[in-house]
Amino acid sequence: MNPVRLTGRAAIGLTRTTGRVAIFAARGLGRVWQHPAELARQVMQIGWLSLPVVGLTALFTGAALALQIHSGGQRFQAGDVVPAIVAIGMARELGPVLGGLMVAARVASAIAAELGTMRVTDQIDALVTLSTDPMGWLVSPRLWAALLCVPVLVGVGDVIGIMGGWLIGVNALGFNSAVYLSNSWAYLESWDVVSGLLKGAVFGLIVALSGCWFGMTAAGGAAGVGRATTNAVVAASVGILAANFALTGLFF
Amino acid sequence: MLAVRGICKAYGAKQVLDGVDLDLAQGESLVVIGGSGTGKSVLLRCILGLETPDAGSILWQGRPLAENRAAFMDRFGMLFQNAALFDSLPVWRNVAFRLLRTMPKAQARAVAIEKLARVGLGPEVAELYPAELSGGMRKRAGLARAIAADPKVIFFDEPTTGLDPIRAAAINALIRGIVDETGATGITITHDMSSVRSVADRVALLDRGRVRWQGGVAEMDAAQDDYLADFIAGRARPMARGPGA
Repeated sequence: MNPVRLTGRAAIGLTRTTGRVAIFAARGLGRVWQHPAELARQVMQIGWLSLPVVGLTALFTGAALALQIHSGGQRFQAGDVVPAIVAIGMARELGPVLGGLMVAARVASAIAAELGTMRVTDQIDALVTLSTDPMGWLVSPRLWAALLCVPVLVGVGDVIGIMGGWLIGVNALGFNSAVYLSNSWAYLESWDVVSGLLKGAVFGLIVALSGCWFGMTAAGGAAGVGRATTNAVVAASVGILAANFALTGLFF
Repeated sequence: MLAVRGICKAYGAKQVLDGVDLDLAQGESLVVIGGSGTGKSVLLRCILGLETPDAGSILWQGRPLAENRAAFMDRFGMLFQNAALFDSLPVWRNVAFRLLRTMPKAQARAVAIEKLARVGLGPEVAELYPAELSGGMRKRAGLARAIAADPKVIFFDEPTTGLDPIRAAAINALIRGIVDETGATGITITHDMSSVRSVADRVALLDRGRVRWQGGVAEMDAAQDDYLADFIAGRARPMARGPGA
């Protein structure tokens, strides 16, 4: 086939899908507060239950970051920058990105599997026949819960990551505890933290949107649900990394 | 009460429904039969608003259903082929799903337990989750949900699929009993002839997207239609000629 035609078709397909996903997101977000009990349940599922995995990821990342910066920094006599770099690195970049990726692995797959199973077993059609809008009952609470919870997870992850660096700094690298903490906060600006939380909100939306979109459009039985789950995690992960690049360019 | 006029529906080049006409009276039990892929479920989905027909219209109480859908949606119940109970909710919440919008929780729960009793399930089932039920119990719970809001029209999609003959007979008896008791109009989609004989007042045979034959159950056996005769007898037909050739 003519390569120009092929490229054109791909571009039209991509534009069409992007438009559909955007309309889907707008419809989901527009139905806020229709089912507050379901929103509360999703806050528990997406936010509270992700806390251990995000916390552990942040702890080990902060600790490893401290070791790396100390080791690398010593090459040019800059080992003292460990507290500041760990704090800035966690708040701006590693907290939101790694937190977002961990939530993507846990939440996007769970949402896609649950909604995909509901789709292929007629449960979503059953909702319609019971005069209940699936977008309001299933999609909206998940989108809003992720949008609200992931920034909180990122904030908690930032603190735990900095504490991970502090643990290594004080116990393995010979830093004074008070000096380490003081240096952590001294070079950290409020925009470092706020920009990370804003990234978290965008990443949360990407995660839930991927899960909901692939789940709601699943077809073809168990294999279809499997495909939806894989696609949701891949799309969410790539989406987070791409959005992180765009947001970093925009913010800094 | 419910009329289907010239419904057409195609998926790509495949014409699934090609001008279906049906009429249903209040309190009547119509069974739509036909081989796999003849458009039975698509017809049902069009009536329920889950699919949009390419052409034709559906009338409810003399008015186009499209203009009257909200009222219709509150007056029908549906039993899905695999019951389609919500996995995340206990059985009583599944049954009371629609009621919980208009009733206090305690009252909705009481109605749900009453409906569960009507389909032969005890109150001990109420707090179980669908995954804890057998296939037959799930069908019964789905039936309880379908009748929970005292609907005027009840749809049954392949109600006996996957059940052993004894459980299938019990479900058929329940469907017939509910239609008779409530005076609701029943539409059953099936290819199970024992269901047809147990449930139907009238039978419509769908073939190649059209109603090929319709009439009373008593007339069915005497009908001069070779495809219907083969369908009733369960005789194989040459695949190359197509189901209704």
